Amino acid sequence: MSVIEMFVELQSGLSADQDIREEIRKVVQTLEQTAREILILLQGVHQEAGFNDIPAKCLKAREHFGTVRTHLATLKTKFPSDQYYRFHDQWRFVLQRLVFLAAFLVYLENETLVTRQAAAQILGIESEREKGFHLDIEDYLSGVLSLASELSRLAVNSVTARDYARPLHIAAFINELDFGFRLLNLKNDSLRKRYDGLKYDVKKIEEVVYDLSIRGLSKDLTTTSMDKQ
Amino acid sequence: MSEKEEKASGGFKKRKHENFPRSQRKEEKGNCVDSSSPVILAFKSFQQELDAKHDKYERLVKLGRDITIESKRTIFILHRVISDLNKDEILNESDTKLDVIRQKIKQVAQELVGEDLYQYHRAFTPGLQEYVEAVTFQHFIKTRTLFRLEDINKQLIFEEPINDVATTVNNSPDHSLGGAEKKPNVLSLQVTPVDYLLGVADLTGELMRYCIGSVGNGDIDTPFELSQFLREIFDGFSYIGNTGPYEISRKLYALKQSLAKVENACYTLKVRGSEIPKHMLADLFSAKTDIIEHDEGIS
Repeated sequence: MSVIEMFVELQSGLSADQDIREEIRKVVQTLEQTAREILILLQGVHQEAGFNDIPAKCLKAREHFGTVRTHLATLKTKFPSDQYYRFHDQWRFVLQRLVFLAAFLVYLENETLVTRQAAAQILGIESEREKGFHLDIEDYLSGVLSLASELSRLAVNSVTARDYARPLHIAAFINELDFGFRLLNLKNDSLRKRYDGLKYDVKKIEEVVYDLSIRGLSKDLTTTSMDKQ
Repeated sequence: MSEKEEKASGGFKKRKHENFPRSQRKEEKGNCVDSSSPVILAFKSFQQELDAKHDKYERLVKLGRDITIESKRTIFILHRVISDLNKDEILNESDTKLDVIRQKIKQVAQELVGEDLYQYHRAFTPGLQEYVEAVTFQHFIKTRTLFRLEDINKQLIFEEPINDVATTVNNSPDHSLGGAEKKPNVLSLQVTPVDYLLGVADLTGELMRYCIGSVGNGDIDTPFELSQFLREIFDGFSYIGNTGPYEISRKLYALKQSLAKVENACYTLKVRGSEIPKHMLADLFSAKTDIIEHDEGIS
């Protein structure tokens, strides 16, 4: 076998790889589109009118996640299942974003942190690596960190919308999250970088809570809102 | 100075004191942050999972470094081949070195049992490339041909007749896996095509050095063989072009330079070789390469 023949063989392997990547890219693009739609839908809660129909928005978002599940199911078929990490970079970003959206959705519904299993379930994928297309732990944690910054924004906006109870709930939630992240020994990677931003979210929410409590707005919610009027 | 320091440390203590009640208060406030809440329990399991992953990664990085160092040493040994006299001796020495490296690669394979190769690939890919470089260089000196990827991979299949390796080197999960199979335990680590190509691209640099060195030793035939061989490899890489990853196109540039150097060397040998007495060739040649290197430094 001559040298050039060998290179021809290697080249065909490389271009086959590239074809797979292109296929994945196409599916990931549709996933990004759906993710944007869900985001726009859920962003509605930041507006004053949006606070009233959170459950309706959540229901709609849940419907969109059905589309996500079908897209992810097609993504699974685009590459050999044991080569997840070979192409991981291509869907990493969109998966983190989808985890964030799922976590946001679950938080809006019942103010709890979505578990890794539940997040995987919402996305229609596995939570363990051994079972196939799964949710990587770092992607899950990144999504959760995005949730923290979204909630700090929500705390501010809910005060504007005169929902004084919500910031307190968010503060308790984020505190717990912060405590949880402190348990982790993170390496100096992208996850660590995002974690470093968490303290600003914690600070922001604490400021909001402080502002509320110093004005007595957090004590008795119903009477204070009546007084204001 | 000392006073100042004391002040500074005092201030630090003070600040610490201030901090203390605040953190306490925080825990009181968020009294839901007890260590048995589901969120905290989940994070505790994440901690374990992440730590295990990072530890494995670090072990692989260490093995990868060892592989790199030993491979580099093997290449240095191989550069000592001067004539047929010491060739066999040096080839034997390099063989034993490469066996040591293969043992290290086996350890990498053991770490990766039941794991996704690509998840940890970045930890040891430089080591593998260096190994490819060493092993192909040795093969070239032996047979004057390019060692094929399949043959490299064949050497990296390790059979374990007894399953005691898992107990000595690895932790319990791998052990249980090895025990469950109960067959002759086959471990393997496959070099990926990209690793192979990058290793071969590095090989060309070594071949260029080998070429210059062999002229110095009065070996007139080797440069011509080398230039032929390098040209084939260069054609191969040109064929791949930019279909491969970015690193390959970058190496192509260095490859071009190496090839130019060797071709120039052959040219000089042909043109001037007949005019100059053999014993002076080496001097002439080393002067010539100096100029080339100098030029490159400027550009």
